Amino acid sequence: MSSVAVIDYGMGNLHSIAKALQHAASHCRVTVTDDPATIMAAERVVFPGVGSIGDCMDALKLRGLVPVLAEVVRSRPLLGICLGMQALLDDSEENGMTACLGIVPGHVRRFSAPLSDPRGNLLKIPHMGWNQVIQSRPHPLWAGIPDRSRFYFVHSYYACPNRVGDVAATTSYPEPFAAAIASGNLFAVQFHPEKSQAAGLRLLANFLDWNPKD
Amino acid sequence: MLATRIIPCLDVDNGRVVKGVRFVEIRDAGDPVEIARRYDQEGADELTFLDITASSDDRETMVHVVEQVAGEVFIPLTVGGGIRTIQDIRRMLNAGADKVSINTAAVFNPEFVKEAADRFGSQCIVVALDAKQTAHGPDRWEIFTHGGRKPTGLDAIEWARKMVDYGAGEILLTSMDRDGTKSGFDLALTRAISEAVPVPVIASGGVGTLQHLADGVTEGKADAVLAASIFHFGEYSIRQAKEFMASRGIEVRL
Repeated sequence: MSSVAVIDYGMGNLHSIAKALQHAASHCRVTVTDDPATIMAAERVVFPGVGSIGDCMDALKLRGLVPVLAEVVRSRPLLGICLGMQALLDDSEENGMTACLGIVPGHVRRFSAPLSDPRGNLLKIPHMGWNQVIQSRPHPLWAGIPDRSRFYFVHSYYACPNRVGDVAATTSYPEPFAAAIASGNLFAVQFHPEKSQAAGLRLLANFLDWNPKD
Repeated sequence: MLATRIIPCLDVDNGRVVKGVRFVEIRDAGDPVEIARRYDQEGADELTFLDITASSDDRETMVHVVEQVAGEVFIPLTVGGGIRTIQDIRRMLNAGADKVSINTAAVFNPEFVKEAADRFGSQCIVVALDAKQTAHGPDRWEIFTHGGRKPTGLDAIEWARKMVDYGAGEILLTSMDRDGTKSGFDLALTRAISEAVPVPVIASGGVGTLQHLADGVTEGKADAVLAASIFHFGEYSIRQAKEFMASRGIEVRL
């Protein structure tokens, strides 16, 4: 039986992500944990998160998870979600300037108000709701998911990877930003696959089937 | 482009959906899980549950409802009604809710909104505003509590701004003049609030036709529209509502 660990570091409700993973693949053993040994024993790891990046980094440090995440990315598939994606970059504009994990070179920036769409309507912050995800390149996690499928977003900050090649998808609000990052064992999404109905469940199932070394 | 959200709202009393949901081919019209599943299949962008259970002793029932729905329906869930303490919020989020909606408690204790947003993040704190036009002019609205019965003296626009300053990530705006009338949203109110705050505004109260939903977006500048009876009674499906809105040039998730 394949196993997946969902990292629980006190940043938000992990109930949904655990249930969605179980729903996407009933053959998979889903463990919600903050224990480094349990995380390292899993074949795959999901790194979720909502809230602010300062709290997120503090919680990771408190639990000794910073080196664990670096080791996970070297050795097995890792799926970052929302704040779990942003934390992978070098730093974030949120909470002053917060140093992050530095696993993906680049920065996290805030949507700068006021934003407006091409028709002149005011765009609200947070970017909240279903938006189209434009796949930048083929990837096993996009299997069976039509290009421009809509996923559910809720965020005020977005990742800007330095390397164009790390971007796996973009979404426009109103300018394009990185909706997904892919690099080696790592796949990370700004949207919430656990709240994105069929397309989201398919992405989670694809992650549970993904073997990066194949 | 970001899609305008369509959100069906379900009233739940002691674990059962009330106000008669009438779907064809539904086994149990009061079962929140079955109804949630049905709306999810029709393409609802989110679901809102309003707990109208009178006794606080029976609130635990709502936690179980949320747990069951969250285990089967993978779209955002908001729970409102009776959210008064940090512990109430934690229980709902742990059960699988993505957001909670705070109404009366915000009026009596605005600091509660601040505390909740600090603790759980603005993204899961919706502040519900029940507003009524005042006698002081056409473009003045006042916040009411207790289902529109008790005036508070608070100006709706100022109150909306204050709630956002305190950390509300979204505003659920209900016109108490229009609620239940099927005569359409109060478009002036919706637009005034939506243009006054930087966060998304959900329009609610008064929807009787699909044109009303579209007007809420094009005229009212709402970021999302919430309705109950037009969906529950099978007058229109969520899909029909979305197709209509798309025909009016509104971006929707089809």
